[in-house]
Amino acid sequence: MSIDDKSTAIEPHSDSHLPAAPAAEPIADPGLAEHHWRPTDVDTRAEKRAERQIAAMFIAAMIFSVLFVVSYFAFGVGDNWDTVAGLGASTVSLGVTLGMALLLIGIGIIHLARKLMSDVEMVEMRHPAASPQEDRDATIEALNAGLDEAGIGRRPLVRNTMLGAVGILGLPAVVLLRDLAPGSTLDISKLASTIWEPGMRLVRDVVGTPIKASDIEVGDLINAAPEALFPTEENGYEELEGAPLQSEKAKGAIIIVRMDPDEITPVSGREEWTVDGIICYSKICTHVGCPISLYERTTHHVLCPCHQSTFDLADGAKVVFGPAARPLPQLPLMEDGEGYLVAQSDFKEPIGASYWEREKQ
Amino acid sequence: MSTDSRLDTSKVATSNRTDAATTSKPSKAGGLASWADDRLGLATVMKKNLRKVFPDHWSFMLGEIALWSFVILLLTGVFLTLWYNPSMGHVTYEGSYDQLRGVGMSEAMVSTLNISFDVRGGLLMRQMHHWAAMIFIASMMVHLLRVYFTGAHRKPRELNWVIGCILLLLGTLEGFTGYSLPDDLLSGTGVRAADGFLKATPVAGTYMSFLLFGGEFPGEAIIPRLYIVHVLLIPGILLALIAAHMLLLVYHKHTQWPGPGRTEQNVVGYPMLPVYAAKAGGFFFMVFGVVAIMGGLLTINPVWQFGPYDPTKVTAGSQPDWYMGWPDGLLRIMPSGMETVIFGYTISWNVLLPILIVPPLMLVVLILLPFLEGWITGDKRNHHLLQRPRNAPTRTAVMVALMTFYGLAWAAGGNDIIAIKLHSSINQITYFMRVAVFLGPLLAFWITRRWCISLQRHDNETLLHGYETGIITRSPDGGYAERHLPISEASAYTLTARERDEVLAIGGDTDAAGVAAPNSRSEKVRARLSRWMFAHNVQKPTAAELEEAHHHASHEAELTSGLDHPAEGHQFDDHQLRDTEEVPLRER
Repeated sequence: MSIDDKSTAIEPHSDSHLPAAPAAEPIADPGLAEHHWRPTDVDTRAEKRAERQIAAMFIAAMIFSVLFVVSYFAFGVGDNWDTVAGLGASTVSLGVTLGMALLLIGIGIIHLARKLMSDVEMVEMRHPAASPQEDRDATIEALNAGLDEAGIGRRPLVRNTMLGAVGILGLPAVVLLRDLAPGSTLDISKLASTIWEPGMRLVRDVVGTPIKASDIEVGDLINAAPEALFPTEENGYEELEGAPLQSEKAKGAIIIVRMDPDEITPVSGREEWTVDGIICYSKICTHVGCPISLYERTTHHVLCPCHQSTFDLADGAKVVFGPAARPLPQLPLMEDGEGYLVAQSDFKEPIGASYWEREKQ
Repeated sequence: MSTDSRLDTSKVATSNRTDAATTSKPSKAGGLASWADDRLGLATVMKKNLRKVFPDHWSFMLGEIALWSFVILLLTGVFLTLWYNPSMGHVTYEGSYDQLRGVGMSEAMVSTLNISFDVRGGLLMRQMHHWAAMIFIASMMVHLLRVYFTGAHRKPRELNWVIGCILLLLGTLEGFTGYSLPDDLLSGTGVRAADGFLKATPVAGTYMSFLLFGGEFPGEAIIPRLYIVHVLLIPGILLALIAAHMLLLVYHKHTQWPGPGRTEQNVVGYPMLPVYAAKAGGFFFMVFGVVAIMGGLLTINPVWQFGPYDPTKVTAGSQPDWYMGWPDGLLRIMPSGMETVIFGYTISWNVLLPILIVPPLMLVVLILLPFLEGWITGDKRNHHLLQRPRNAPTRTAVMVALMTFYGLAWAAGGNDIIAIKLHSSINQITYFMRVAVFLGPLLAFWITRRWCISLQRHDNETLLHGYETGIITRSPDGGYAERHLPISEASAYTLTARERDEVLAIGGDTDAAGVAAPNSRSEKVRARLSRWMFAHNVQKPTAAELEEAHHHASHEAELTSGLDHPAEGHQFDDHQLRDTEEVPLRER
């Protein structure tokens, strides 16, 4: 049986809700356009020319592939990486030779299809996506017979307990995932505290040197960190490594600014948290947790580069623009005996992005 | 086994040209096919599919770009896995890149730098992989628009539309997990934002974050976990869904544009073997070639410039890859202070709304579009002929409105870049966007619909009065008019090869026996929506109208015949007077 035997049996669409006889088509289908021969179909010279063009593309592709291998061995990587077009000579030449080889193969094949393969349009008939009605009936019958023999519908006790047994398998599956964060690593109360503790020095975030209040000029912004992240024999802090180090770093980051004390709008209860106009906030945005540090000295605003939440550091770091909902948490400051800035305590509220249990902690 | 039951490929090889097919001894290919069929029995399936007809149109190529870029992603991705090390173990970089030597970073970042600077062709493959990912998602989106604007989502193809929408979602997630893997400063910033999104999820969000990160952010588990999701889980599902997408395409047969000889019942085009196989296969090489050249010449994601991730640092201008830009834009334009505390629990609407509610809602709307349209029109027929966007003005306008919303949200995701480039205030841009995402789509809907309807009118003008010739005639009383000539029959047929829209009419509220009709309320809504969709559309002229217009035109022609004077300068162009009937009218 050939394709066409089957194709002739097309079922009409079922469109019972539409008018039986649609309005007559204004113009009758003139039928497929006449086929026009291409130059390559009728002119041997054109045909040969196309053959030569295609073969030339394939040969050029071979040459480019060889050039790819040559470039692979000719150009080193690493030290000469930025010599050509901002990228390495190796990357540029490998990319161009590979690309040209592939492009020429592709263009050659498509040229072959367009010039030398048949361009006579073929017509194939469509079939409805649905199965023939008798097949549907037979399937429904088989389905009903099968269900009937299974007897599940007649025995609700068996059916319901079976569904329950299979359904409750979800519990082991979910419970198995509990140890994605094993043991105490799932303790979410850790979000509420940071490594800051009373008397801990504020240090510069890259070099770890402590900061004297007298060294900060009005208008300065310093990116700082807790001293505990830079343990030495002298300060005696315990060496942190791996995940705990990273999460303490992520929570403990702060910014210190010095303003004219007159410019600071005092927040009640925080009058003693600053040292001569030196004020310290968490560096972590209360929106989704990006570190903030774009400071505009004249307005005392800091801007988060991720989503542009803007906080007024002179006014309790309240949100003046952008999607954040809460001010940056403030770290209470004082000076130690040697004039270095130290924390009075940890932050009084969780730092960073909001979370469901935040107010409960 | 008798010879005639074998797969006869000899005809395939000889019927391409001008000669009729001839039977001959089975060719080498035929012999191989017989060997295979003796063991696999594929001939029954292949007989229908080897010469399966595919219609030709440039817009059908868009989905193909997505398919081939996915293949390129698999190939380049496998290459990258040979060197990439998904570990967050902290080491000191000692590789070829001077500026970072001696800097501490994760093993993931070190292996990414090694691929870039110490493996020949490594940077090329990384950049090809990233460019192919961009092209994969962009081509899926454009393909989706093509399908919707031409009505190819209608019955029987709704399920393939759903699969396509899921492919787009998975492609986006695959992109996010992929660009997070190098563990550089930019990707780490993205992962931290994702942690913020998780924590904003009500009830279970905090625990979800801790479970995903293996404890408190950032932990040491996230990169290996994202890696297995990126190289196994999502690609596996993508592969299965792409296979289903293609199988359904083959089963339904491709849609085609209406035209002479092209009907709802047939498909006109070139056979799979050899023409379509060659065109599609050749196109794979072309897409691959373009991606290779892009990978060789265009820098993408230069992680060595960003440096390793450090939770205390961030770069100005940090942005996700472009396809994640629109939720980021919505996030940026949320007004301040949208957070509520209920019974002591915090609900962060400022994150919840733009990230966890609107994008999933948009996906649901997208998936439901064919079903909503099917319900409103009540159309249960199969549709294989494509529609021009102008011939479905409301549908076209709906998608343009959605695109406008997407585009504005996306632009809002670059509000900082816009502010810098245009030297304008980021606050003003943000205030503008807050309003524009609501008004823009409405305006776009209205303009698009009116525009489509005008184009429909124009089509009818062309059908009834012909095309504008550019020849101006002056009447005896001094008036000027442009002469119109009829378009060719084939063009005229193509313009009219569309259905007349039917506004759904409902019967009364009660049936013949005076009982309230069931669902009468939903039926009323449906009728109203149907009116909204179709009532303003311009229908094609009827046979009588066309006849009258042609009658009128020939009368005009009679009146003006013999009045033409040859004008100087027109001997050499298209507007020379035709003195013989032999010269055909211009094809349109």
